[in-house]
Amino acid sequence: MNDNSHPSRTYRRPSDLANFTWGSVRQRAGRALSYGLSLTHDPRHYQIGVLFSLILLGVFQFSFQLPWWHVAAVLGSALGTQFFADKITGRRFDPRSPLISALSLTILLRTGSIWLSIAAAILAIASKYLIRVRGKHIFNPANFGLVIVALLFSGAWISPGQWGTAPIFAIFLAGMGGVVTGKAKRWDVSLAFIGCYAALIFGRAFWLGDPLAIPIHQLQNGALLIFTFFMISDPKTTPNARMGRVLYAALVASIGFTIQFAFYNSAGIILALILTAPTVPLFDFVFKGQKYHWPTLSFPKPKGVSHDIIQIPAE
Amino acid sequence: MTLSKFLLSSTLIAASFSLAPSASAFCGFYVAKADTDLFNQSSKVALVRDGDRTVITMANDYIGDPTEFAMVIPVPTVIKKEQVHVSETALLDHLDAYTAPRLVEYFDSNPCMRHRYEMMDGALSTEVAQKSSEFRRDRNLGVTIEESFSVGEYDILILSAEESDGLQTWLTENGYKLPNGAARTLGSYIKQDMKFFVAKVNLERKASAGGDMLRPISVAYESPKFMLPIRLGTVNANGTQDLFVYALTRNGKVETTNYRTHKIPSGEELPIFVKDDFGDFYKDMYKTSAEREGGHGVFMEYAWDMNWCDPCAADPLSNEQLQELGVFWLDDDGVNQRGGKSMAKNVFVTRLHVRYDAKSFPEDLKFKTTGDTSNFQGRYILRHAYDGEMECDAAKDYVTQVNKRKDKEIKTLANLTGWSTGDIRDRIKQSGKGGYLDKPQSNSTWWNKLWPGD
Repeated sequence: MNDNSHPSRTYRRPSDLANFTWGSVRQRAGRALSYGLSLTHDPRHYQIGVLFSLILLGVFQFSFQLPWWHVAAVLGSALGTQFFADKITGRRFDPRSPLISALSLTILLRTGSIWLSIAAAILAIASKYLIRVRGKHIFNPANFGLVIVALLFSGAWISPGQWGTAPIFAIFLAGMGGVVTGKAKRWDVSLAFIGCYAALIFGRAFWLGDPLAIPIHQLQNGALLIFTFFMISDPKTTPNARMGRVLYAALVASIGFTIQFAFYNSAGIILALILTAPTVPLFDFVFKGQKYHWPTLSFPKPKGVSHDIIQIPAE
Repeated sequence: MTLSKFLLSSTLIAASFSLAPSASAFCGFYVAKADTDLFNQSSKVALVRDGDRTVITMANDYIGDPTEFAMVIPVPTVIKKEQVHVSETALLDHLDAYTAPRLVEYFDSNPCMRHRYEMMDGALSTEVAQKSSEFRRDRNLGVTIEESFSVGEYDILILSAEESDGLQTWLTENGYKLPNGAARTLGSYIKQDMKFFVAKVNLERKASAGGDMLRPISVAYESPKFMLPIRLGTVNANGTQDLFVYALTRNGKVETTNYRTHKIPSGEELPIFVKDDFGDFYKDMYKTSAEREGGHGVFMEYAWDMNWCDPCAADPLSNEQLQELGVFWLDDDGVNQRGGKSMAKNVFVTRLHVRYDAKSFPEDLKFKTTGDTSNFQGRYILRHAYDGEMECDAAKDYVTQVNKRKDKEIKTLANLTGWSTGDIRDRIKQSGKGGYLDKPQSNSTWWNKLWPGD
């Protein structure tokens, strides 16, 4: 049965429909777009989305043992620590950065103990407030929490092989990571790091006379790419000037490579980041640049229409 | 000396290893073809690791002329005589049996008696299991014999080399037939400052030791490198090879850092006939799992605290056996003190089954010990339906449930092994076990209950 008979609801003349479409829809689309742009303007939103997708991928595709309550505990303790620290320091609470740190920890730290997960999250966030030089925190928060907990407790560890080396996955990560860091204007760190690391890996293979398959295999490591695009690229803990960042990335790559191949520790690059972090103020001293600020989130006001409801004339 | 001694390379592995559990499942023996290479298709290695200390035991099911047995293994340091030990084949067989994938059987009880599914005594262990020439020194070639000694039935040399051509020439002159392409790999190991552990069989000592099999060789060394060199083994191999690693640590699971460690599917319910074909089942299930990862992979088959098992495919190893394998921290942990059989030993075992080839595994296996002490086992379940008289209302539901369950088991088996469901149904019929239950003659419909006396 057709309910067109209802006088005031659904039947519209074609001309009314056209008016409706071209008038209101355009406005709505415009507003949605600018709203969307303001959401994507901040690279952290995209990063949160990607990291969260990686966790889902890890759990469902790679069967990580990651109980939901661990994820919840890490998120909760990171956000809670940030909240209290902001209260004490009188800053406005912003959940996005601690969320990224918590998601990175969830991806990279393996442990069977929920307490160690919580400890890592608290250490990560607390380090931002406690270890600072000239208004900038020194350590990448997730890296700090990860390394300290993994070094101190045998019940927590870093699992570099957990992502495997599936090439397609590697490309996927690289692509996504490129977008994320490109938005943060810190793609230079990622590219400089991976470039230097690749040069060292290929150089080593060339010196050893190894087939190319070996360095290629080593570069297709999921954990390496996650580090490259989601950890070292943090704009807050890298040098302010581009030249400083490129040189810093080269330093991290060289030390990470050395730890990995001369000291046989598979978490070489992750350790290299925490070891080199204290040199960042030095890079900032030598290479002057603007300190990075996250973009502020603002929602553009719609023009011309004061409210959301557009009335449809009844027949 | 005819052609030879073959270079079994590989990892310490290579050597030979019996294994072959499931008897035929992983027949791992070397096949000598014409005058050329040996194809080592499966190897067993026990790796005891704590800190920088490693004890590696390579077992061997090499069957053939002992004069043709030889192995060359890259090792991280120079090895002296007291660091080498020959132990018993039964030891690794026991470790293999303890960690083997296992079948368990459950028997449904009479559904009319209320408590169902009671576990009959655990474990049905699978059958998966079980089962000189003179070395010349030639400085001109840049090869140095760092050590030379005999242990058990083996003559052993530890070589260091300056460059691969010299080493290759030396090995060739001394009767080792190197596969093409080995020189490049040897060169890479030389630059990484690896030494070469070269062993062959001393026939006189072999005769006095008796027995057909070559016994496993254990080597203890201290090095931060926690790895297994597999590259030489892939040079002369045809297709994929299987390697079983039994890692014993103080802290927890061992995983590979440069390849992903997968868990083998486990805990699935399967049709009853699998009991008679467990070897076939496991072989095909492993193959299917590996194929889903591209035909290769590192699979964890077992990870458990060495104090117990449930169900047990074999008893946990005794302290004496563990010590023989190289577990050196038992005394430190006070296990042997106080006479303590009941005292817990701090040993965690991980069994990794690696299927690899040169293309998919270009790099040597690198490991790390994690703090993960959660238990895991490859375990497969047979559930026998109750086959006695059943006279009650519940029987009908029970039969429906059982038949549904059997359908599911067939699908599971097909999915795990790649067998067709048609074949599986045929095999169930042939075996005469675990077929569908007949619907009970229905005197349980509502009208039967209405006039039960009729």
